[in-house]
Amino acid sequence: MMRIPPAALIGLFFTGLYFFGAVFAQWIAPYSMTEIVGDVWEPSSAKHWLGTDNIGRDLLSRMIYGGQTTIFIATAATILSFTTGSILGFTAAVVGGWIDQALSRFVDLIMSIPTLIFALVVLSVMPVTLFMLIMVMGLLDSTRVYRLARAVAVDINVMDFVEAAKLRGEGNRWIIFREILPNALSPLVAEMGLRFIFAVLFVSTLSFLGLGVQPPNADWGGIVKENKDGIVYGIPAALVPAIAIATLAISVNLVADWVLNRTTSLKGGRG
Amino acid sequence: MSDTLLKVKDLKIGAKIYPPGEKPKDIEIVHGVSFELEKGKVLGLIGESGAGKSTIGLASMAYGRGGVEITGGEVWVNGREILHTNLRDLRRLRGMEVTYVSQSAAASFNPAKKIMEQVVEASLHAGKFSKKAAEARARELFAKLGLPDPDNIGERYPHQVSGGQLQRCMTALALCPEPDLVVFDEPTTALDVTTQIDVLMAIKEAIRDTGVAALYITHDLAVVAQVSDEIMVLKMGDMVEYGTTDQIINHPQEEYTRDLVSVRSTQHDGKPPTDNPVLRVENVTARYKGTNFDVLHNVVMDLHPGQTLAVVGESGSGKSTTARVITGLLPPRDGNIVFDGRELSPDLEGRTREDLRELQMIYQMADVAMNPRQTVGTIIGRPLEFYFGMRGAEKRKRIIELLDEIELGVEFMDRYPAELSGGQKQRVCIARALAAKPKVIICDEVTSALDPLVADGILKLLENLQKIEDVAYLFITHDLATVKAIADSIAVMYQGKVVRYGTKAEVLSPPFDDYTDLLLSSVPEMRLGWLEEVIENRKMESAGN
Repeated sequence: MMRIPPAALIGLFFTGLYFFGAVFAQWIAPYSMTEIVGDVWEPSSAKHWLGTDNIGRDLLSRMIYGGQTTIFIATAATILSFTTGSILGFTAAVVGGWIDQALSRFVDLIMSIPTLIFALVVLSVMPVTLFMLIMVMGLLDSTRVYRLARAVAVDINVMDFVEAAKLRGEGNRWIIFREILPNALSPLVAEMGLRFIFAVLFVSTLSFLGLGVQPPNADWGGIVKENKDGIVYGIPAALVPAIAIATLAISVNLVADWVLNRTTSLKGGRG
Repeated sequence: MSDTLLKVKDLKIGAKIYPPGEKPKDIEIVHGVSFELEKGKVLGLIGESGAGKSTIGLASMAYGRGGVEITGGEVWVNGREILHTNLRDLRRLRGMEVTYVSQSAAASFNPAKKIMEQVVEASLHAGKFSKKAAEARARELFAKLGLPDPDNIGERYPHQVSGGQLQRCMTALALCPEPDLVVFDEPTTALDVTTQIDVLMAIKEAIRDTGVAALYITHDLAVVAQVSDEIMVLKMGDMVEYGTTDQIINHPQEEYTRDLVSVRSTQHDGKPPTDNPVLRVENVTARYKGTNFDVLHNVVMDLHPGQTLAVVGESGSGKSTTARVITGLLPPRDGNIVFDGRELSPDLEGRTREDLRELQMIYQMADVAMNPRQTVGTIIGRPLEFYFGMRGAEKRKRIIELLDEIELGVEFMDRYPAELSGGQKQRVCIARALAAKPKVIICDEVTSALDPLVADGILKLLENLQKIEDVAYLFITHDLATVKAIADSIAVMYQGKVVRYGTKAEVLSPPFDDYTDLLLSSVPEMRLGWLEEVIENRKMESAGN
């Protein structure tokens, strides 16, 4: 095994910490998410490590539950966008012809509309549920994955071993899943890390604008929104979720960078 | 000695390797090589891939490529030890006193800059010549190297000249700053035989006229015999034999050198054609989509069961296109492919699984012809599964049989392509083709990426397999020596037409047409003075000019 560089170690540590918190939120959080346990915007104390929020709920507990929501939505949306995006991208590259044209032009069309505005429009018409949120985010993001997957697959598709499979008479399913997918995995996995961060930022933005996770539930973006008025009075409660979003983004990025570096290293070859 | 230009003493070179699944480790790839080169002389470094010849060539500029490190020994150029000088002095040395000509000129020239800019760049950078003087010298060199229109060719971009011309431009680039030593690293390997002769002659004359010394690196003994004064034979980073060209070619001392000199031991007596060809190419005319000219014109050839038809020609002659038409990848505009008496559908989609099974293909680059993420067992096993529905133990048994036929053991089953040598990879590709029990295998330049001794092994294997499996080969190659070794009949292609076709005896006996004559005479022969003789007697300009 290659030695893990310190930057990646830091990234792995924080990513691990946040995911751990998200998975075991119910057991870790000291208070319930909605219970009012103190005064408005209490400073941090032994009872409330991060203080309380705008209506006196424990901020640490809300952060932990909020992290669970944020990370769940982001993960689900990323998985959705990767399965749709890469399968469609591979299909377009392998089949070619009018299917490729139709899919690619459709993706161009979607991408020409700013994602945030598109999402805001859709979510203001549709009922805002977790499912809806994940679908909208995942499908919008799949256009980016589609472009990457198609570009990677087009390169692999002209290799002799794919031609050999076609000459053998293999169907598209074998070519996509057995010949192309294993070879396209490294760039896709690295891209997955980046896409996950964008999903975190996206869901936070939506919640901040009031179209994401609905109260009394909250995600990190929602917690920023609830506590943003405190900033005027010098109360740092809004900064806590902001810092959480930033550190999660940076640490996942560090891990993604490391994976990308490892898999595209000229010396190590395709490991 | 005052006229010793380059002295290499006990040179040791190491590299870091990254074996899959293990810790990186340091290995030594050149184990103490010594030689001297006098001014104006040419030393040929010869060996198979992995012999360390390019590494030694680059080390004479005190350079180690990608992870390679010079770990010991001395390199003296013009009386100075250069392994321990500072980078500034090295920069003056490289590109001024010692220059380098690489194998692929096409990959080494910057496609966005004119040739002249790149040829004079080093001289201008070092301030050796004024721009005017450097360009005048470049034009002089263009003329000396026999490039057409030497006064203006420098104004072209690299893609506007042919491969052979670009290789000569690169030689001009190396000679422009008046170096004392030029390292030629396989300068003609990527070229067609007929073009190779021109470049070889140009290099030889340029070396003679400018009086530079040269290290000439190649794997082709016949080529190096034409240009060098002395030859050093290398194997796995060790010197095997070192002597004058005459000694090495005519009186080799070592076993390994004798093998290299006498390679191509395969013998094949041509069989007469039968009445029922297994594959007929009938009047095929083809063009690529989106172009408006035909790349194949009325191509006709027959392949008889259990025999080998060699399709010979230079790059661009249409031999690989013929293979694409036969396999159905490129439907012809006109004409038919008749297989075993039945007409095949022109395109791949229309062919039955049985059609596909009976016609298999082996590629030139075994590296990219196998999925790097599949094991050898999967690669060979898939056709068994796909065509015969074999599973489990039955499949495993057949895979082991096939591995045995290609002279590899059962332990190869779980290896990945990256863990195989070039020759082994090509063997696995052969096994994959055989697994389908085909009647015809198309071999597209299957030996051209391999070292001569390895290639010879592959040819012998193919020959044996033909006897056992009674399979017919359509053998596409540019190498006439290979053709002589394996063919029953031959089709010579030139610019998309079959210019000569018949049994081996017919095609290879005079009278020749001009093109076949040019092609036959261009195959380097392993004797001194051959190059001058050929240039003297030529009837036709090579295609690359």
